[in-house]
Order: sequence, then structure tokens, then C-alpha cells
Amino acid sequence: MSDLIRGIGVGTGSAAGPVARMAPPVPLPAPRAVADPAAEVAAVRAALGAVVTDLDERAARASGPGSEVLTAQAMMAADPVLADRAAELAEQGTDGAHALTTAFDGFRAALVAAGGYFAERAADLDDLRDRAVAHLLGLPVPGLPDPGHPYVLVADDLAPADTALLDPAQVLAVVTVRGGPTSHTAILAKALGVPAVVGCTGAMELADGRHVLVHGADGVVEPDPSPEALGRAAERERRRRELSAAVRGPGRTADGHPVALLVNLGAPHELAGAAAADAEGVGLFRTEFLFLDRAEAPGRAEQAAAYRKVFAAFAGRRVVVRTLDAGADKPLPFATSADEENPALGVRGLRTAARDPQLLETQLAAIAEAAEDSTAQVWVMAPMVSIPREAAEFAARVRAHGLPLAGAMIEVPAAALRTDRLAESCDFFSIGTNDLAQYAFAADRTLGTLAELLDPWQPALLGLVATAAEAAAAHGRPIGVCGEAAADPALALVLVGLGITSLSAAPAALPEVRAALAAHTLAQCRELAELALLADDAADARGKVRSHLAGR
Amino acid sequence: MHSIQVIVGSSSGLHARPASLFVQAAARQPVKVTVGRPGQTPVDARSLLSVLALAAGRGDTLELSASGDGAQDSLRTLAELLAADLDAAA
Repeated sequence: MSDLIRGIGVGTGSAAGPVARMAPPVPLPAPRAVADPAAEVAAVRAALGAVVTDLDERAARASGPGSEVLTAQAMMAADPVLADRAAELAEQGTDGAHALTTAFDGFRAALVAAGGYFAERAADLDDLRDRAVAHLLGLPVPGLPDPGHPYVLVADDLAPADTALLDPAQVLAVVTVRGGPTSHTAILAKALGVPAVVGCTGAMELADGRHVLVHGADGVVEPDPSPEALGRAAERERRRRELSAAVRGPGRTADGHPVALLVNLGAPHELAGAAAADAEGVGLFRTEFLFLDRAEAPGRAEQAAAYRKVFAAFAGRRVVVRTLDAGADKPLPFATSADEENPALGVRGLRTAARDPQLLETQLAAIAEAAEDSTAQVWVMAPMVSIPREAAEFAARVRAHGLPLAGAMIEVPAAALRTDRLAESCDFFSIGTNDLAQYAFAADRTLGTLAELLDPWQPALLGLVATAAEAAAAHGRPIGVCGEAAADPALALVLVGLGITSLSAAPAALPEVRAALAAHTLAQCRELAELALLADDAADARGKVRSHLAGR
Repeated sequence: MHSIQVIVGSSSGLHARPASLFVQAAARQPVKVTVGRPGQTPVDARSLLSVLALAAGRGDTLELSASGDGAQDSLRTLAELLAADLDAAA
């Protein structure tokens, strides 16, 4: 048996299968003298043609938005002016790899200079350039593997563009060398319900086709697992599925304390799956998808139509709508400025409404219009609230539109510490643990190297949750958690023990959270919360709670 | 050489779907058509990357040019496409 490889675990399941690696970007070789310019021109045109064929084939197999993205990329690679420019350079004696790179980079610079949506296409061009250069050099083409059978995906890290194209029927588990607990990879793996290990440096050595067993709960990758190990893992997996399938319906602890179980929703293609999930509603409806990739904000009618679809799918259930959260990692040309040195600490979330009140007004009017002809219970909350006055002004505006329930996200430590004052104007709260951790620990949530500080088990983070939950309870206000923390069954018990009244996560995560709640009383949850709060650090908190749970 | 000026009608400008539709239509024309901002160097209308790099927003004026047999028909077809709201047609 080979040595175990360790990283940060995501999810609770395990899965085994052959490794398929995502090929790394191809480094540009040193310039080379061209002996036969005509052959070089032919090679350049052939490389671009191969990229187009490849993308067209993948587009034909994909469906929905994935297919459109691929078709658009194929059209870019088929651009006649691009091919002529690269061919012209090759003709003049530039080697193929450099001719392609120079041709792509010329367009890249023009798009970046154009800004906004156009600048975002620069990443597409980089991807196409890398593919073309790989074809030219006869190297593996970067991008998602397609071995033709289910596989364990091993990659350096996944970009959002890769994750959109992942086929859950093919990917058994995900292992990445980089990334932390709140990275795109981790979020995607939870959404797909597949186990993952991120920040796994040792994974660099895993070759294509090697069999591995991936344990999401422990963050362990076991190369060449023995038949016994595979048998044990399969048996545990079977028990886990049985357990989570045994409990259905509204979330409650063993002694009947209700904890609403809700789903997160962020894109139209997730709607059918989210609505079909055994959940009491939507705990976090992210509205950014309506605003991304656009030069100006969508109008009231367009927004109302989109909200109406969601409210109809959740008729009779709760839908917590978060108003536009622009800024930081979601810049929008019409809402955010591009010249902030530190966008995570800049004008983002509700702060954009101070600069452009009409943006929020239109959105609230659209939500109210859609809510009017629906039986869904529509709650509306603002992202990035810092002080009571912001919460009060937002709540007043929400109510002015006839929407009865206004709330605030607790993502800024200042808001967590003053939840009692926020409760004077807010009807409910929702804690975004990812951003709350980023701001409480002064740690950029996109940096894998700071994963330990961003771990949702950090006792100081749980302390802020406890403070907010106590204040909310004193005012009789519901308070939920909608970050990645809510998807971890053990941590969910701790959160309930701290006073959290609802948990919102990816649909795939809910059955296990529901089963964990049903197996423990509120008093036991409080005991676990106490253990976690008093722990030294995140690992200690996780360890103490897990061993306490195992000891029962 | 024939030229025609047209105002971009797509609500989010000449990118993504509107740009793709325009470029595909240009490739179907019997003559080579160029597009650009009036007074600036025009680009090949069959080149998606060149068209994107124009960064044309809704309400911007673009000039289409072509010469040869059928040039006027091609210009008219493409101008109609540019003036329409191609986002709304989705």
C-alpha cells in the first residue's frame, strides 16, 4: 500500500476511481529559428483548426449554457483575422508557438483596453491560446480531461469556467493541489455532492489512471487502495446514504427543536434541482446572475420575470432574496468602480446603493411586483451591512415597497457585534460565514495559503456567531447561516447549539445535515457548541467535536 | 465603395450573442464587409475578435462598408441586424 496523501477535506463521503489529470498550461518554449516558413504557416493554421474542431465537438455533447460558451469560444478560435495574423508572422520567420501567442495577445490587449464585459473575454483568449499552442507542440491540451469513463479529477486548481463544464456523472471526486475550504473547487464539490480534497500538495505526483480512494471527511487521498479498504469505504458510504435517506421533511433535533433547512440558489439552471430538493425554501437567493456580463443593469420588468420564476417554483415556501451583492470578486461596470485598491473592503454590497439608490429601488420594485402574484413567503435582505443606520434605511425601503420582511446579512464583524441594535429594524438575519471569516481574520478568502484562518471551525468566528445569535434570540428574530459552514453536518450541530435557527446550503448537503440534527437533542448541540467555542483553534474544535460525536 | 451608418440596437451592446449573430451573418455575405466607428480604421466584419474589440455599446454609431456586386444588399441586411435588439430576440 502507498503512503496516504493529506489535504483539506470537503464533504463527508468517499469515492474511488482512476485518476484523470487536468493538464497544466503549456509554458511557451524559447523562440526557435524557422527553416521552412510554409510548413510553419500550415502548422499554425492546423493548430487553430484543431482547437475549433475540439470545441465544436464538445459543444455538440454539452447542453444549455455550457454548450453556448463552447460555441462562442469555437467562433473566436475560428476568427479569420486571427489566423491571418498568426500566419503572417510565421511567414516572416516567427516560430508557430510565438506567432500564435503574439496574434492572440494582440486581440487580448484590445479587449482589455475596451474594459467591462469585453475585458472579461481576455481569459477566454488565454485559454484558446494555450490550447492552440499545445496542439502545435503536440502536448496534452490543457483543460478538463475526457477519458470516456468516470474518474477522480486531479488538478492544480479549478477556475469557475472549468467548474461550469464539470459533468457530475463523470466526476467521482475532486482533488486539487491548491485551494482552501471556501475555494471554487470546494463550493462546486459540495454543490455536486462529490467528495473532495483541496490544498493537497502531494496530489501533484498522482499519474493518470492510478487508482485512488478519496475521503472527503478526513481530507485523505489513498493511492492504490487495498480491496479491504475499498470494501470498508463502500460499506461506510452505504450506511451514510441509508442514514440520510431515512429522515425526511422539515429539519428538527431529536427533541423536536425546529431548524429550518433551506437551499442556496444562484443561477437559473439550479432552479429545478433546488425546487425538487426536500427543503423548506431558499435561504439565500443570490441575484447577481441577472447583473453579470452586462454593460447596464437589467430593468424592472426583466428582473420581475426572473424573480417570478423562482417564487413560482417555491410556491408556499420561504424565499430569502439577497439584493445585489456587487463589488469585490463580482465587479459590475454600472455598480462598482474599477479603481479601488482593495475591493473586498470597498464600495460593495449594500454600500453600492448609497452611491446609486436607483439600482436598489428598481430591484426592490421588481421583487415586490413578482411577490404580489405569488404565494411564496418573500424575505428580502441586504449584503454587507455594517452599522444599524444602514440596516434601518434598507428595512424602511423594503417596507415602502410593501414587502413585509426585511433583514440583514451578518458578514462584517461590526454587524455581528451590534446585532442587538440591528434587530431594532430588521426582522431576520443571515450569517455569511465565508465573508465573516475573511473580515474577522483579515484573511483574503481567495487565498489558499490562508485556508487555516478561513476555516469555519475557528473558535473566534463561532464566538461572533454566538454573539449575533444571542442578540437575535433576545429580540425573537430568526437567524440563519448560509455559508459553507452550514453544509458540514458536525458544524451544523455546533451552529444550532450556538442558537442558529436555520441552515442554508447546497441541496446535496441537506440530507446529511437533516440526519445529524435528528440524531441529537438541542442540549447535546449546546454541549458541542461549548466544546468548539473553548477550543484552541479550528483543528482542535473540529477534533473535539468529532471525537465527542464518535464517543456516543 | 458603399457605406452605411447604423446605430447599435442591442440592449447590452455588440457583444456575446449579438456579436456572434452579426459576425455569422457577415460571413454569409458574397462580399467582404468592414465595420468600424466613423473616422476610424474599420475591421473585417467576419472577425468576432475584431468586432468585440470595437466595444460598441447600445446607441453607438457604426459604419458598414463594402464594394462589388451585391454590396448594397449585404450592407442593408447587416445594418438591419445591427439596429435590431438581438438580446430581446433570445
